[in-house]
Amino acid sequence: MALKTESMVLNMGPQHPSTHGVLRLELELEGELVLNVKPHLGYLHRCFEKHAEAMQYNQVVPYTDRLDYLASIGNNFGYALAVEKLLGIQVPERVEYIRVIMAELQRIASHQVALGSNGADIGALTPFLYLFRDREHILSIIEETCGARMLYNYIWVGGLSHDIHPDFVRKTKEFVNHFKPTIVELDKLLSYNKIFIERTANIGVLPLDTAINFGASGPTLRGSGIKFDLRRDDSYSIYDRFDFDIPVGKGLQGTVGDCWDRYYVRVREMEQSLRIIEQAIDQIPEGNVQSAIPKRIKPPKGTVYTRIENPRGELGYFIISDGNTNPFRVKVRAPSFVNLEVLGELCKGYLVADIIAILGSIDIVLGEVDR
Amino acid sequence: MYQYFYDLTGNVIISGLIVAIFPLVNVLLVVLIGVYLERKVSAHMQDRLGPMRTGWHGTLQLIADFVKLLQKEDIASTETDKGLYNIAPVLVFTGAFAAYAAIPFSSKLIGSEIEVGIFYVIAVSGLVVVSILMAGWSANNKYSLLGAMRSAAQIISYEIPTALVILSIVMLTGTLSLGKMSELQTAYFWNWNILGGAGFGLAKFLLIPFMVVGFIIIYISTLAETNRTPFDIPEAESELVAGYFTEYCGMKYAMFMLSEYGNMFAVSAIVSILFFGGYQSPFGYLGNTLNVHWLIPYEQAFWFLLKGWFFIFVQMWLRWTLPRLRVDQLMSVCWKYLIPYAFVNLIIIGIISLL
Repeated sequence: MALKTESMVLNMGPQHPSTHGVLRLELELEGELVLNVKPHLGYLHRCFEKHAEAMQYNQVVPYTDRLDYLASIGNNFGYALAVEKLLGIQVPERVEYIRVIMAELQRIASHQVALGSNGADIGALTPFLYLFRDREHILSIIEETCGARMLYNYIWVGGLSHDIHPDFVRKTKEFVNHFKPTIVELDKLLSYNKIFIERTANIGVLPLDTAINFGASGPTLRGSGIKFDLRRDDSYSIYDRFDFDIPVGKGLQGTVGDCWDRYYVRVREMEQSLRIIEQAIDQIPEGNVQSAIPKRIKPPKGTVYTRIENPRGELGYFIISDGNTNPFRVKVRAPSFVNLEVLGELCKGYLVADIIAILGSIDIVLGEVDR
Repeated sequence: MYQYFYDLTGNVIISGLIVAIFPLVNVLLVVLIGVYLERKVSAHMQDRLGPMRTGWHGTLQLIADFVKLLQKEDIASTETDKGLYNIAPVLVFTGAFAAYAAIPFSSKLIGSEIEVGIFYVIAVSGLVVVSILMAGWSANNKYSLLGAMRSAAQIISYEIPTALVILSIVMLTGTLSLGKMSELQTAYFWNWNILGGAGFGLAKFLLIPFMVVGFIIIYISTLAETNRTPFDIPEAESELVAGYFTEYCGMKYAMFMLSEYGNMFAVSAIVSILFFGGYQSPFGYLGNTLNVHWLIPYEQAFWFLLKGWFFIFVQMWLRWTLPRLRVDQLMSVCWKYLIPYAFVNLIIIGIISLL
């Protein structure tokens, strides 16, 4: 006689320590084995896209901060590029350099949170705090320049809100020198930790074709072993002037595309960001960062789509202009939203504890998922 | 200790009461110091300061927390199984607290000198499993249930390697009494069980590597039995919120924390009795050299606490360094590695001790 069994439905979230905000996962469990995962979104929906239609082009910038709140500079950057393309503005060299340096600093800060929280979800709290300690340097560098620590409103259409602080170059160099050894420390403490490898290697394997079919981007895609980085493949701003590598998942500890690969791609990306900063920091030309900011933004009729490589993947802005001072439509292609789709595919057949590791390695920001 | 107070007061009830209260005071003190230490140790390991505001370097923080927990409203969901839900925190604390009765803090300071002390300690700490299951089931919360199931499986599995290692020591020393076990490792550190125990000869030197293996096995399994990282799976906060005590609040919640820290010291004490001479000093006693014999028990208590707290410190150190294992990996560590090694170790120690 077969025993009658029943699967258990467990609601993980919206208030749960490791759903990275207000994501709700509906898990169908058999014991601890996950049969099905259904993500439920929308707990943080703020109608960004609709709001943008009621505002002038420059007024939208502070709202973009709130999309991926761990990488606000990138959000500003993408939006500014899109509107500049619509207007046909060429920004001064100085602005380009500062934008790139800021974006790379922000990428490091964002990856620090991603790696730290991935580790913390698995139970290693100490690396998390070490990474936050180093992130503090970046935040204070940016704070000195634009006055904010999280939602910067820094990159404006045609320029920047403030010129860099006189100490900026010195402090950034200091940070680069300080942070290089801490990456080694992170590797020793977490990346090559036996237990961490046991928990993440061969877990949540994302095959390359699945990743491409789902439209995944950023470290989630590169973890599956393809060199696709918009900074190189669809170069924007002045990224083509710098020399940097694109780390990809190689399956060093397990299968290509597992959680460890996605984690490790981020670690190596921080090194590459440091490289870009080192190259750019000495070349910042003199100039006025606000000279190209238009007095009144009234682009001609038309549509534009620009995409940049945000820490979490391809961030795209699709803007339709009807020749007015307000955008007719702003659509955001949010990398976290697209990457999150993969979750259901990845989690089947693993244990409850693995879901946390997988979710951490995909690294979502709910502000961007729900917009 | 009972005899001492009986001689002092000449009254069975008073002396009995004093002896009964002794473990309770002990466990509360241990918890107070333990929680404070955990916060400070974790803070300094993570480049933080930890509690600093309440009292000197936050020393009064624990009192403040305790008062806060006492004041909390006792909220229970309507779906809970009231009886079990209320008994579980008491029972879990009993398990932790009862073990203290048999632990010799010094040659004079033992709550109760039970002949089968080590057996008693294993038995009462088994109570914890029952109460964890009760807590997890009665709360009627799926996270609690998962946590309780994990916990029961974990604690029961890890009791086996613990018991096997304890058995090998019992075989070597020929006693179940914790006091006698400590007494046998007297005088100097080379008489400790980790270095082959008292007595000289080939057997002593042959025993050393197997004793070290035994120590490592029992230390790992006691980590699992007290639900400490890397084995804190039942209460894995990032997966199961708080595991089996998710639904508890206020003082009932505090009881679970009390028992965790109480257990930490209890297992550290057991490990130090089994392998590191218990209350025995590693270098002989000041009281003997100065010819002040009343000093010796105090020295012994000092050494005992030092050893106990050292092992607690190592537990904390591990907790704030390592990530957490997954539940199936935890089981395979126990059944595939620890138990076979403990078994082989037991047999080899048996053969050597016959030499």
